[in-house]
Amino acid sequence: MKTEIETTDHPATIVLPQPEYPLHTLSVLVNDKPGVLARIAQVFSRRGYNIESLVVSPSAQARFSRMTIGARGEESGLDQIKAQCNKLIDVISCYDHTDEAVVAKELALVKITVGAGQRGEALQIAEHFGCKTLDLAPESLVFMVTGDSGKLDAMVGMMQKFGIIELVRTGKVVMTRGNGLT
Amino acid sequence: MNAEARDGAQTLLKCLEAGGIEIMFGYSGGAALPIFDALETAGTKIKFVLARHEQGATHMADGYARATGKPAAVLVTSGPGAGNTITGIMTAHMDSVPMVIISGQQVTWMLGKDAFQEADIFGITMPVVKHSYLVKDAADIPRVTKEAIYLATSGRPGPVLIDMPKNVSQGPCDAPLDAEIDLPGYNPESAYEIDSKGVDEVAAALGQAERPLILAGHGAMLAHAGPELKELAETARIPVCNTLLGKGIFDETHELALGMLGMHGTAYANKAVCEADLLINIGSRFDDRIIGQPDKFCKNATIVHIDIDPSEMGKMIKPDIKIVGDAKVVLTALNKQIKPLATESWLATLEGYKKRFPLHYKIQGGLKMQHVLDVWDRLTESSSIVCTDVGQHQMWSAQFNKTKAPWNWVSSGGAGTMGFGFPAAIGAQLGRPDDVVVAVVGDGGFQMTLFELATAVLEKLPLKILVLNNHFLGMVRQWQELFFDNRKSGVDLEGNPDFVKLAESYGVKGFQIKRPADIEKVLTRALEYTDGPCLINCEVVKEDNVFPMIPAGAALEDMITEKPRHKMEKPTGST
Repeated sequence: MKTEIETTDHPATIVLPQPEYPLHTLSVLVNDKPGVLARIAQVFSRRGYNIESLVVSPSAQARFSRMTIGARGEESGLDQIKAQCNKLIDVISCYDHTDEAVVAKELALVKITVGAGQRGEALQIAEHFGCKTLDLAPESLVFMVTGDSGKLDAMVGMMQKFGIIELVRTGKVVMTRGNGLT
Repeated sequence: MNAEARDGAQTLLKCLEAGGIEIMFGYSGGAALPIFDALETAGTKIKFVLARHEQGATHMADGYARATGKPAAVLVTSGPGAGNTITGIMTAHMDSVPMVIISGQQVTWMLGKDAFQEADIFGITMPVVKHSYLVKDAADIPRVTKEAIYLATSGRPGPVLIDMPKNVSQGPCDAPLDAEIDLPGYNPESAYEIDSKGVDEVAAALGQAERPLILAGHGAMLAHAGPELKELAETARIPVCNTLLGKGIFDETHELALGMLGMHGTAYANKAVCEADLLINIGSRFDDRIIGQPDKFCKNATIVHIDIDPSEMGKMIKPDIKIVGDAKVVLTALNKQIKPLATESWLATLEGYKKRFPLHYKIQGGLKMQHVLDVWDRLTESSSIVCTDVGQHQMWSAQFNKTKAPWNWVSSGGAGTMGFGFPAAIGAQLGRPDDVVVAVVGDGGFQMTLFELATAVLEKLPLKILVLNNHFLGMVRQWQELFFDNRKSGVDLEGNPDFVKLAESYGVKGFQIKRPADIEKVLTRALEYTDGPCLINCEVVKEDNVFPMIPAGAALEDMITEKPRHKMEKPTGST
């Protein structure tokens, strides 16, 4: 979770990470049991790798959960991480979908500070990105934006001029196209 | 109450027994009380051995498994009892040793509330177990126990922990004893369906090779692949070197054997690795102790890696041909394609290295560890079960105690755990009561777990404890001499007890060796003594160095066979 947000100075600036390595997206199907997340997290932390995003959710089968993990780092280390994740007894499968044909989506909630004077412009930008306005208050707005990560980055970038109070992103979820297994 | 009524603890013991557990090492305590009580009430045939410290119990279970190939169980209480098992679990995990650890735990409704002797052992052990369970429902006990034994012993073996809250072990359990295993993410059976393409490639590579070499590791032992390995080596006339844990999978006295390779391996094994044009690694994980500098390791050779664990492929060394599978199955398939190879000149070269660079030591100049171990090897005809601790004595034992058969060498390799050797020998002797078992220990490591002398006495084990006593932490002192201008820091074991008197106070027969001339006579008497354990204190020279040596992180070519005149650079590789 490298995205750092400064909310003290206005307009707020989002410091996006300057990635040294490309983002890898791992999709891990696991037993839905206590401790599984800790086991997966240890595979990363033991090697000094950071988990950049993490989505854990029910899968199509009730007994399994789906973890979608975004991480960066040296290729050889990530290969080890994948192999070690696959080795865990509670892991059913672990795929790296980095250069594969997948649909990838993410959702963000963005709260900006905006008075009456700028509200129209903010709503116009939001409309351009297909955002939903979830909350409209005298001094603030909450937008929901969905799409690929690049679109979300762009939306967040455009909203910086108003001052971002809070930002919550779900992290990317992916699914392979066609018959491929995720 | 009907005859079948049982509690969780009785269910646990019945399931462990049904799963093939014959022996359990442990230490009692409050949270494990119901399980200890069940040892009396469940009518179990499992033998319980009371250790003097939980670490000792784990090493005993470890030694038992390494000497028999069968898993043992460990039973400890919660909190500090469970905490004391960490080193033993980690040691077993590093060396792929099967073990089932049962820890008592606080009652379920107190979990996470810092109750008395509560520790999150499930969380603490997570990085050092193959798998672990926290049992919150007694109905799960039969399944969990069956899975734990299956996981510990199948695929790449390892330790499995079962954390058992007291209300679960004490409460009723009416679940049927035979449960179904439910492990959708675990398929060790796939190791028996191997990639025939890889086998064909190895056979083809062998056809091209002029200087082939087999590297045999612990995986070959765990797969019971000794006969297949022998057939491959003898049919194709390929020399064999082995890792520390691979000692015995190929008879080290065989004409094709080169013995151990690596940091303190034989010069001829290391030279063979440097000059080979085809290296067939069977069940070794290319540990940093054997490869030195990874990018210079065996750089002119085609490298074949056969391993049951896919995550070992390319972890240290990228193989040219990889086969994921059980070593016995892979070698059986490979042997069908093997023809005698023209390796005469290669074998002659290696024979020349054996003559030019033999393992050696000077008999003059005081009592040497090597000399004691060499005589032991001769007197026992290389057939005793040697259990070592960690340090100089371990390396010399690996060099001078030739291992002729599998399961005869018990040593902490990956973890390098001091304090391992003696309790492991107790476990080994309990598993192999009719064999000669020796604990080869230094004065440092022995003092970490020597209180298990009581355990050895109570079990009346005819175990020999060879204390190679140089009053130093010798291996660290050696590094300080070679790389740190001989500044001795934290290595002087001033304050050692009189080990013979100490042994006698436990009821252990004590022997003393002070001069080279005494070695044979005293060791013979120790071998004849079978009324219980005996300890042989050997007052060896204080300062001596293990050679050959490849400084950590250096290439195998940089091996030194004696202390260089010039000062050596501090190693920059792994420790």
